[in-house]
Amino acid sequence: MLLQNGRVIDPSSGLDGQADILVVGGRVKAVGTVKERDLPPGCKTYDLGGLWVTPGLIDMHVHLREPGEEYKETIASGTMAAAAGGFTAVACMPNTSPINDSQGVTSLILARAVGASARVYPVGSISKGAKGEELAEFGEMKTAGVVALSDDGVPVVNSQLFKRALEYSGNYDLLLISHSEEIFLSRGGAMNDGSVSTRLGLRGIPSAAESIAVYRDIALAEYTGRPVHIAHVSTGEAVDLIRRAKSKGCRVTAETAPHYFTLTDQDVGNYNTNAKMNPPLRSEKDRLEMIRGLQDGTIDAIATDHAPHSRLEKDKEFDQAANGIIGLETSLPLSLELVRVGIIDPVRLIELMSVNPARILGVEGGTLKEGCIADITVIDPEKKFVFAAEGIRSKSRNSPFIDRELTGKAVMTILGGRITHSELA
Amino acid sequence: MQSDYVFRHKHLLSMEDLSVQDISFILQTAESFKEISTRAIKKVPTLRGKTVINLFFEPSTRTRLSFEVAAKRLSADTFNISASTSSATKGETLVDTARNLEAMHPDIIILRHSSSGSPDLLTHHLQSSVVNAGDGTHEHPSQGLLDLMTVKEGKGGFAGLKIAIIGDIAHSRVAHSDIIGFTKMGAEVFVCGPATMIPPYLEQFGAKVCRSVQDAVADADVVMALRIQRERQLDPLIPSLREYASFFGVNEKLLNLAKPDALIMHPGPINRGVEIDPGVADGPRSVILDQVTNGVAIRMAILYLLMGGD
Ligand SMILES: [Zn+2]
Repeated sequence: MLLQNGRVIDPSSGLDGQADILVVGGRVKAVGTVKERDLPPGCKTYDLGGLWVTPGLIDMHVHLREPGEEYKETIASGTMAAAAGGFTAVACMPNTSPINDSQGVTSLILARAVGASARVYPVGSISKGAKGEELAEFGEMKTAGVVALSDDGVPVVNSQLFKRALEYSGNYDLLLISHSEEIFLSRGGAMNDGSVSTRLGLRGIPSAAESIAVYRDIALAEYTGRPVHIAHVSTGEAVDLIRRAKSKGCRVTAETAPHYFTLTDQDVGNYNTNAKMNPPLRSEKDRLEMIRGLQDGTIDAIATDHAPHSRLEKDKEFDQAANGIIGLETSLPLSLELVRVGIIDPVRLIELMSVNPARILGVEGGTLKEGCIADITVIDPEKKFVFAAEGIRSKSRNSPFIDRELTGKAVMTILGGRITHSELA
Repeated sequence: MQSDYVFRHKHLLSMEDLSVQDISFILQTAESFKEISTRAIKKVPTLRGKTVINLFFEPSTRTRLSFEVAAKRLSADTFNISASTSSATKGETLVDTARNLEAMHPDIIILRHSSSGSPDLLTHHLQSSVVNAGDGTHEHPSQGLLDLMTVKEGKGGFAGLKIAIIGDIAHSRVAHSDIIGFTKMGAEVFVCGPATMIPPYLEQFGAKVCRSVQDAVADADVVMALRIQRERQLDPLIPSLREYASFFGVNEKLLNLAKPDALIMHPGPINRGVEIDPGVADGPRSVILDQVTNGVAIRMAILYLLMGGD
């Protein structure tokens, strides 16, 4: 296929300008001006004037719920949502049922992902059963196909075990992704500790629950010389700690999610369980610090922490409702908002949503260089749409953004040369 | 009272939702109902044919009984469902329970629940009126209103009063309703307790947080002691009840700092000798039992007004 006249934004090759992309055999054959006579016979041509053509977006933090909770999401439905949101690859966290703590579960996930609408990169658990007691079989899981390790959903409370995990992960060159939370501070908490939690009479989670844990993770990464990736950063203090660690040369990377730079704890309103997540929505000050971290490079990636839950888990008393929201289909428009208001430029956006996630996880993608896999996202930055419950590809509907008008959308998603989503006529 | 005022609420969920006019009107209505409880035949036909369900997921004898007495004095049919007899223990959700009750067409559901915001959740699934009889650590508006009524009776009004609330503010839904209600009506509320029991941003309700209990009580017109809510604390927030009693207990010595005619209040049930000295609780300035009496009148007023009055 030939993608013509688009604005090609590829930070990996320093390209930002109008160009054609020729895809042959699932790979990028040529970037630049493609002449008619170079086209293979029967080549489909798409005129993408006015649209952005970028490396396929990669979401390094999603929950696909399969195996175990297929009523919330399956690998098939989750990757369809990914494709609709412009993603060509997702990394799925291990807190399924059973937990992905062994090669058997990893293999099952990868078998189910064959033919899915996005590449699926399983993340294995750090500890057996994510119980924080014994190391899981990193080597076996790596052989089966995990790209990183995390006990996401819960922190590794035991610092000794986390240090050993950092050390041992070095044998297999696997990245540790940390869900950083000091659980004695957050225990029983339903939302951010602040004026809203006091007003609603809900137990609060202080921001220090995050920063204390982030500092521990950084200290151990520094001590062991191993890289650590901090998941879903939500507080200004954590951004500050990561910034300082990076300036000292510590191998730390970080992600945040669109809700942390778009919403605050005020959005909990009157017990809106679609604004309940862990870490919780924080203060306006934290939100602004998150944006600063995205701007100055402290935060490397935008991930969604896509966490599907059915109505059963959300239509409940606030303190008993499940944590998390879906995010794959709103991540791009919410992130594009940062571009529209001039906080970041399109190149930085693609770094955050494609180049850096690929680099951090060590997976293919994140580039449009000739010869690379043809994972491509076509974005209409001006397209307005209402995020309606009926159109959602995910099996779940737990989003605080439902019925919001959003601007900017993936209008075509290409996975290895195959179109997985298209809104082009 | 302005003649054009109409009570427009379908539910009673919080003191926060009520305007100054609403509160004045409820208090005025309760005052007119109070007399019914002193009659030989303590019953009026006002809510005859109406169905009131007490849905209590937390044990509470006094609040449940108070609502039940109030409903019966207005001739409503009342039904009590408590957690032990409900399906909650069998895994039925609150929303399921609500839907099942709804199928029986009740007029008012009075909910007591350990989760903050649960009455709000019910209103999304029910046609009937919902009364919050205490939700988690959020609010307990009928208790707040009866406290307002008791102070109004004792002091004639609210403007310029200094009200001291001592104890576990963070876990007290009564304190939350009281702070909002009293400040809304023009009184000043000073709170004090162990710092582990003071929630953040309390000033947003207009409360003044004191570090010493003496500062809070000095020249107070009303001194309210709160119950230590051990059951709502995840871990102990104080080293011992003994230390609490000696530093935050309301006793005669402390009360010497208050106005001589200060009212002594407590939402009950009392841990005698901990939050309040027995002598003070039973003393001449104590209005603790008036609070209970007024509770029935306030709850009669609430049920009556939610059913459209008249
Ligand atoms: Zn997590």
